[in-house]
Amino acid sequence: MADVHLPSTLTPLFPGLPRHVDVEAGTVNGAIDELESRWPGVRDRLCEPGPELRRHIHVYVDRERAGLDTPLAAGSRVEVIAAISGG
Amino acid sequence: MARTLLLIGTRKGLFVLESDADRRDWSMRGPYCEGWPVYHAVYDADGGAIYAAAASEWHGSAVWRSPDLGETWTHSSEGLAYDADGERKISKVSSLAAKGGRVLVGVEAPGIFESRDDGATWSVLSTLAGQPGSEAWDDPASQPPGHLGISSLTFDRDDPARFWAIVQGIGAYETTDDGASWTPRNRGLRAEWPRPHEEVGFCVHRLVRSPVDGDRWYQQNHCGMHRSDDGGHSWTEITEGLPCDFGFAAATHPHDRDTFYVIPLDPGHARCMPEGHASVWRTRDAGSSWQRLDKGLPHEGAYVGVLRSAMSIDAYDVPGLYFGTSTGQVFASNDEGDSWSEISSYLPAISSVEVVSLA
Repeated sequence: MADVHLPSTLTPLFPGLPRHVDVEAGTVNGAIDELESRWPGVRDRLCEPGPELRRHIHVYVDRERAGLDTPLAAGSRVEVIAAISGG
Repeated sequence: MARTLLLIGTRKGLFVLESDADRRDWSMRGPYCEGWPVYHAVYDADGGAIYAAAASEWHGSAVWRSPDLGETWTHSSEGLAYDADGERKISKVSSLAAKGGRVLVGVEAPGIFESRDDGATWSVLSTLAGQPGSEAWDDPASQPPGHLGISSLTFDRDDPARFWAIVQGIGAYETTDDGASWTPRNRGLRAEWPRPHEEVGFCVHRLVRSPVDGDRWYQQNHCGMHRSDDGGHSWTEITEGLPCDFGFAAATHPHDRDTFYVIPLDPGHARCMPEGHASVWRTRDAGSSWQRLDKGLPHEGAYVGVLRSAMSIDAYDVPGLYFGTSTGQVFASNDEGDSWSEISSYLPAISSVEVVSLA
């Protein structure tokens, strides 16, 4: 079970979506699939067609910059960050 | 009691200003759409919903929908994408039109998507592929950060298969078969740069059609103001009498085919009110002469801009006119432009203003 931390810009878009979600997944992409199954539309907010992560969405797994294919271990901490920009 | 709503699309969400038929006292609600940049918002009179085209720098593009005049919102981008294995991507959703049970949204890279289920799902209607100019508009050099792609969509009043689209920096196109084929409608326009095609290469900023004469159109172009008397098939420049030939916003009178409004802007990089003197200009003779309307507007120090979708006019017997600035002020006139008041002062940069009148 991975512990996924989501940005505050994402959670208001989906009723009931908390900042922290436990998911059972083998990769970051799998974790997003799991989120999508529970809150339809989440994938579009994090990924472009391809799929690939959106340009300003950064993901870290256990403090290392990650991509969609990055594997998750039991107890992995996944942080999804809306990169800071603008004003 | 009659309600008058202004849908104000801004850099940080959608706001709603509301008044009654007098249009003197206004209250404000918002921000909506979670503060996403809203490029355009419209009211679908047939479905009774507000739609807002918004594009988050982080979370991408979506069309937001409110079935209750702004109280609650949902958003969707399901199907709002080009083929995953292709080169084309959507950087933003720019323009909306809603009529007869469907919603169109114009996007960048240039294309038009439609929804027939109240904005829940979307599918591509047309990319205007093969049209003159299309061979270059996917070039990244043709898509600077502010580029809107399809900057405007206008439905015909009666024929649901007929509508007009502006491709920013390329020109206006008309379809009469629901986007299956297109015809450029730019004959007679002026351009001050080389153009590889005879029919396109014109920078059409705003097209407005007279509600009382479907053949009468006006347009604010990068190069001058223009009028068409034949449904956009040909254009005549009517700039003479205005302080400059540049501007974005335009509006046409709901009851008089010869009355039309523009907001000329300094054509240099600043693109704000000339000499800081805020003014709307009106013609009552189809562009033969122009009158400055500035009563109640700031006469000095008002270096404000007004973008292409940021002026709107209602259809009351004495119509009201509204515009929003790129520095967050909203000005309103309830006497067809003769006098003005500032009805909101501190909004984020305004992209669009649409007026809604409800009985």
